[in-house]
Amino acid sequence: MDNGTDALNSFVQSEYKYGFVTDVEVDAVAPGLNEDVIRLISRKKQEPEFLLEWRLKAYRHWLTMKEPTWPNVKYPPINYQDIVYYSAPKKSGEGPKNLSEVDPKILETYNKLGIPLHEQERLAGVAVDAVFDSVSVATTFRGKLSELGIIFCSFSEAVQHHPDLIKKYLGSVVPYTDNFFTALNSAVFSDGSFCYIPKGVRCPMELSTYFRINAANTGQFERTLIVAEDGSTVSYLEGCTAPMRDNNQLHAAVVELLALDNANIKYSTVQNWYPGDAEGKGGIFNFVTKRGLAKGINSKISWTQVETGSAITWKYPSVVLLGENSIGEFYSVALTNHYQQADTGTKMIHVGRNTRSTIVSKGISAGRGQNSYRGLVRVQKSAVGARNFSQCDSLLLGDKCGAHTFPYIEVRNPTARVEHEASTSRIGEDQIFYCNQRGLPTQDAVNMIVNGYCKEVFKQLPMEFAVEAQKLLGVSLEGSVG
Amino acid sequence: MLEIKNLMAKVEGKNILKGINLRVKPGEVHAIMGPNGSGKSTLASVLVGRSAYEITGGEVLFEGKDLLALKAEERARAGVFLAFQYPVEIPGVNCTYFLKMALNEIRKSRGLEPLDAVDFLALMKEKMKYLELSESLLSRAVNEGFSGGEKKRNEVFQMAILDPKLAILDETDSGLDIDALKVVAEGVNRLKRPDNAQIVITHYQRLLDYIVPDFVHVLYNGRIVKSGGKDLALELEERGYDWIISAVSEAAPN
Repeated sequence: MDNGTDALNSFVQSEYKYGFVTDVEVDAVAPGLNEDVIRLISRKKQEPEFLLEWRLKAYRHWLTMKEPTWPNVKYPPINYQDIVYYSAPKKSGEGPKNLSEVDPKILETYNKLGIPLHEQERLAGVAVDAVFDSVSVATTFRGKLSELGIIFCSFSEAVQHHPDLIKKYLGSVVPYTDNFFTALNSAVFSDGSFCYIPKGVRCPMELSTYFRINAANTGQFERTLIVAEDGSTVSYLEGCTAPMRDNNQLHAAVVELLALDNANIKYSTVQNWYPGDAEGKGGIFNFVTKRGLAKGINSKISWTQVETGSAITWKYPSVVLLGENSIGEFYSVALTNHYQQADTGTKMIHVGRNTRSTIVSKGISAGRGQNSYRGLVRVQKSAVGARNFSQCDSLLLGDKCGAHTFPYIEVRNPTARVEHEASTSRIGEDQIFYCNQRGLPTQDAVNMIVNGYCKEVFKQLPMEFAVEAQKLLGVSLEGSVG
Repeated sequence: MLEIKNLMAKVEGKNILKGINLRVKPGEVHAIMGPNGSGKSTLASVLVGRSAYEITGGEVLFEGKDLLALKAEERARAGVFLAFQYPVEIPGVNCTYFLKMALNEIRKSRGLEPLDAVDFLALMKEKMKYLELSESLLSRAVNEGFSGGEKKRNEVFQMAILDPKLAILDETDSGLDIDALKVVAEGVNRLKRPDNAQIVITHYQRLLDYIVPDFVHVLYNGRIVKSGGKDLALELEERGYDWIISAVSEAAPN
């Protein structure tokens, strides 16, 4: 009835800008999952025996598990036998050694997405390990990093060149038994990123991976492992977009972070996968397990995420605070528009003495989006002097969306201090009108209010990502206001 | 500058404005007074384009153009400003940032270059003095946690920055103690120029001790039932509205 409502409603209707499919020859395995498929994946990737065994153990465990039903999301049942578990861009002989050897069509895709790899090498100071479907096709800056002893490569390469590190750390933070999707991922993961920062090294640049889902019906099962040795520091950026599709695509990634004594890992994500169309058709199912183990004393792990994509998100980047004085942080903006559903939050598990954690979660619901925050703060008996501060805010645009909060607090040590603040607000028509009366158009007003609301999270992002995140939020909210 | 002709409007099916006629020329200050529920705030809302109100008749010309055909933000850019009776809080949006966005949006529509941060800050500092606004207030979110008086002063401060041609002050005196009232009135008076105009909506005469109007209009039951000079306000203060209301009722019982 008011400007506000119409604007809010029309604001939520904009097309996904990255909806295109690149025509690349695909080397794919037939749909379905059994031990033979797993052996085939492992053979194609020329993996050592221990890894195949690990995959098979994971698969056998997965068979005993049931898909979780507790998340506050609804979707049709997934037939795991309809999914293609391996696909890679065809290589003629050897894989590309540098960008000029990369399939021009793939490069074109990146360019459409605004990720000019050629320029990035020179300009951005960002090392990009670009994952196209399941296999890494280009890696930059590796030379510079290797001078410092930093290993930053695709997971497959790490398996070939650093099998001892993989054997030692794979599954050490997220065991394959952890949940249904980690078991599945462990059995069939195709590729991902590996990063190892040696003792005392401060990684001189932001590390970044751009994921992209491309081949139809290919579930992507990424595996990321970051190990920060004593006294090292690393900031890792993950950003993604995906082409438009009709079929829902399953994405079940696992990210493991390990921080040893005095190490510092910052992991930032801007996620913009295809959310489905305005009617809720299509879109990515994003069922991800992300966990960091702050194992060493004074170690720190910080998650920052800006999530605007995916039809369904199920994701709880967590920190296990094992080391004395270790710190865990979680800063999140999760936006659901149209028919998107998100059940996301974090877990902070305090084990060590004087461990501290901070949670800042900003949920935004528009259209018919459903946004749930689910967070666990657990203080174990051993965690003397543990502290947590949680702030959990929800913002509603329009009257057909929903915001839900499920905070779990378990404290087993009397010296712990746990604070939880929560708020729910709505962008009111009166707020939008106030902006209009000062000369601002409705969409600018909404963007301004939403950006203001997310400020605390954005300022945790590295500069270039913060700008991207603001733009992304603007694009994702287009047509959401009435 | 502003010409309202037989303006009629309703909200939620109820007729509120039943034929308003008013002419405002540059350099003039008009006071609109009247008892509660007479349509004063509705008139303000209709002039600035709040869409909850349905226009059922009449027209409004602003500098010769059809004001009612413009969207709310276009009216603002054309130079119509409303000092809200209840300024809304916008959490997370910094006061200074908000005002700079607004000013530059208005400047853009007039073909002017946007002000950069340095120039804008200088402009703010200059205007702030008159309203006794503290700088710390302007580094906070728009109106968030402001006292009633601070909100009103912030409205007039925004008016000073945006420099409208026509400013409508909707019950700007309500909720102000006498000192705050003086500051606000002083701020408004400073903004008065031969080329702009003000419409001051108020229930009480006391604001008009400080903002002296050229004309006073009494709004009752959706119509302007009496107009006069500033003395009319004093008379209303003394005698209340009843004598006008009863005169109107006798003349046109409905």
